[in-house]
Amino acid sequence: MARVRVEFHDIALAFGRTQVLRDIDLVIEPGEFFALLGPSGSGKSTLLRVIAGFAFPQSGRVLVDGQDISRIPPWERNIGMVFQNYALWPHMTVWQNVAFGLEERKLSRAEIERRTADALDLVGLRGLAARRPSQLSGGQQQRIALARTIAIEPKVLLLDEPLSNLDAKLRIHMRTELLALQRKLGVTTIFVTHDQEEALSIADRVAVLDQGVIQQVGTPLELYDSPANHFIATFVGTINLLRGSLETADGGTVFRGETLGTIGIPSAEASIGPAEIAIRPHAIQLAAPGKAPDGARSWLDGTVTDREFLGEFVRYSVKVGTTELVVDQPHYMGEPGFAPGARVKVGINPAQVKLLRA
Amino acid sequence: MGRGGAALAHSGIARAMTGRFTFVHAAIALLIALFLLVFLAIPVFTVIYVAFTNADGSLTLSHFQSFFHLTLMRESFYNSLVVGGMSVAVSSVFALPLAYFISRFQFRGAILIQTLGVLPLIMPPFVGATAMQLLFGRSGSLNLILGDWFGINLPIMEGLNAVIWVEALHYFPFILLNLTVALNNIDRAMEESAQNLGASGFRLFRRIVFPLAMPGYMAGAALVFLKVFDDVATPLVLNVTNILAAQAYLRITSIGIDDPIGYVASVIMVAASVFALWGSTLVMRGKEYATLQRGGSTLATQRLKPWQAAIAYGWIVFVLLLVLSPHIGLLLLSFSRIWSFTVIPEAYTLQNYVTVFRESSFMLWNSALYCGIAAGLDVLIGTAIAYLMLRTRLPGRQTLDFIATSAVAIPGVVLGIGFLRTFRDFSVPLADVPLVSFWLIIAFAYTVRRLPYALRSCVASLQQVHVSMEEAAQTLGAGGRRTVTRIVVPLMAGGILAGFVTSFLTAAVELSATIMLVSATSDAPVSYGIYLYMQSIAGRGPGAALGVIAVTLVALGTYVSYRVLHSRNLRFEAHQAMK
Repeated sequence: MARVRVEFHDIALAFGRTQVLRDIDLVIEPGEFFALLGPSGSGKSTLLRVIAGFAFPQSGRVLVDGQDISRIPPWERNIGMVFQNYALWPHMTVWQNVAFGLEERKLSRAEIERRTADALDLVGLRGLAARRPSQLSGGQQQRIALARTIAIEPKVLLLDEPLSNLDAKLRIHMRTELLALQRKLGVTTIFVTHDQEEALSIADRVAVLDQGVIQQVGTPLELYDSPANHFIATFVGTINLLRGSLETADGGTVFRGETLGTIGIPSAEASIGPAEIAIRPHAIQLAAPGKAPDGARSWLDGTVTDREFLGEFVRYSVKVGTTELVVDQPHYMGEPGFAPGARVKVGINPAQVKLLRA
Repeated sequence: MGRGGAALAHSGIARAMTGRFTFVHAAIALLIALFLLVFLAIPVFTVIYVAFTNADGSLTLSHFQSFFHLTLMRESFYNSLVVGGMSVAVSSVFALPLAYFISRFQFRGAILIQTLGVLPLIMPPFVGATAMQLLFGRSGSLNLILGDWFGINLPIMEGLNAVIWVEALHYFPFILLNLTVALNNIDRAMEESAQNLGASGFRLFRRIVFPLAMPGYMAGAALVFLKVFDDVATPLVLNVTNILAAQAYLRITSIGIDDPIGYVASVIMVAASVFALWGSTLVMRGKEYATLQRGGSTLATQRLKPWQAAIAYGWIVFVLLLVLSPHIGLLLLSFSRIWSFTVIPEAYTLQNYVTVFRESSFMLWNSALYCGIAAGLDVLIGTAIAYLMLRTRLPGRQTLDFIATSAVAIPGVVLGIGFLRTFRDFSVPLADVPLVSFWLIIAFAYTVRRLPYALRSCVASLQQVHVSMEEAAQTLGAGGRRTVTRIVVPLMAGGILAGFVTSFLTAAVELSATIMLVSATSDAPVSYGIYLYMQSIAGRGPGAALGVIAVTLVALGTYVSYRVLHSRNLRFEAHQAMK
């Protein structure tokens, strides 16, 4: 299939007085598996619908393969979309559903048959061609919706919350399958999701939206390790965010939390003044008070207030000063961990501290 | 995205999606508007205009003064209100216990409700009225038995009582059905919390359950009132002329199209209908019925204790017998040679059916033609308005819906008078026939009168089609028209078919407008034929035979369409589940 680039230039869109998208500038590279991630109401679905031709920006341009598509109606764009509810037509069989787009293209009967069969083969459901959508399971319906879209060999594949209607186990299975299919076809794919784990696990790159604005674009690793701001930090993964200020001490720069104490930070990259830092729960280490501390870390005194056993690790709430920190410690057989009320040493590695704009 | 968030985002999306309309949409809307203007708005406003103006066109209230000066008119006005109100009251007596049993107790009520629900559809009250006279009249079956055994005579069919009795027996299912639906929509938690606080039994029903079902009851009651107020044929068949609909008809047909009293009566009828509709919504205004958005399960049903079962089934059998009595009576009458002063006919014959087939089979074809045109137009207009309302932002689309729906408040006699007056100076194009005596006029009257029901059916079915169904077709290359023909209409097919059948069958038994508009017997539909026969003693037998034939056909039609709709339901489960 064709590999095309999708570009947004200065997109702004409002429904009445509600501004839904602003200043959207984004380039999605040919063949990329790209995720639009954001909470509900962030505008991610609307951005997808702009590409499909169901939402109309007041300003800005959308280029697909270098061509401005703003004035092309949805049915002439050749952009495939899989809907959140699959939108399979109940009055048609599976075969008729998949053949629909090919029929609309007025292809020859033989061509329609061949491509419908190919699309069904691709999702492995050729045997269900005679069924009605109502006779299929959720996962099968999803694959048929995918087959129907792929059959027309779209320039771009749009997936609107493709996995949200599936149960947890199937969702994980389908997302690997989806990725494999995308790799095989090579079609530029944009999918919308509110599930950050889903976005991070399969997308090449992710754009995080909030309140109609793109907060950050990057690879999953970049988003996780280098959140650009407070929103990204809280939205992607679990994190401890601490307010305080940067001060000079012992010839270097340290972070002094308002109620926390002093923590070392990565080598002098920041200026003195108010600041916010972010630390992932698993980057913090707990130790019994008597143990010899690892000198590379900043050690604070804390008290365990609560614990949650999650299998692979134990998630502790630890009170340091008046600040509650979330700390994950790996769990191994025979290790009882710390009980609520236990006094602990809290070790923070400066290399794992991310400095955010204050 | 949470459910609330999804819904919120989607409403925004739907707004953007429907932000456009095309030239084709506007043209269709204009055509429909023109039709409604010519065949609904102008006739009705003509009637109102005539009632309020002198011959020279100046405004006046003098017609109203002379109306209320006439003792007969004052009496008719009063009687109409009494008949309307008492029919609602008697209907409630039949319906409330049944609804209570059905919602509270476990027993096989479904078939009963369905049976009762279609009965008023398949046989209008005027058809059975004569048979009811023979069963419940002064010298009818019941009173003959009661007279022999106890020496008493019940005045069930005397004067207004007759009208009330016949109407209530025919129309109480409207209250029953609406009330039952409302009761089934109440969340069980409402009831359980009342029980938790100490309420139980009938007190619980009276204080919590029934008030929550009030909207359903009011809707049904308003419908009964409208139907009764609208009905001109039943009083006429029962020889009751001192009510408004009958007076409007008689004034216009006997005194003439220029007699202002008939127009005043019409205006009062429209006002009363509007008032009844407005009143039923007003009663509910300001009350929150959030519980009707059903979250959990429905009301708990209990097992019947033996004595309760006896009462419940006893009442059901009693009501069923009453409901079926006009049908049974009609059947007996149709096979009778003589039936007078006896409990059942004395002699039986097939002659009545022979007479009907010889004289009147053309009426069946007339009915089929008129009703076919009306029902076809209804679903066409209904589908178009539904689409314009739900899928475009065409200015004025709400007005179109409002005007089409407002036909419910216009009694058939009034529409008929409006047609006669408005079109009296027009001829059929290319033919030297006055427009008012052209048969197509009858079909158009049916179209207008049944449009509100067909429209609701179409709107409801389009509401169930998720917008994404159409968007998916568009992403796959189907343009606007192709999407409508390949996706929208097939998905609405169930609702469209239901609308067609309802329009067709109810138009087949329409008589209020028909009675005004039939100008030659050769143009008469079945409903008018039955009415004509019933006018004379000798015609009762053939009239009943024609009634039996019509009722049988209508019942068959209802049954077949029910089966077709039912078999389609399977296919739509998935998309229902998806919503």
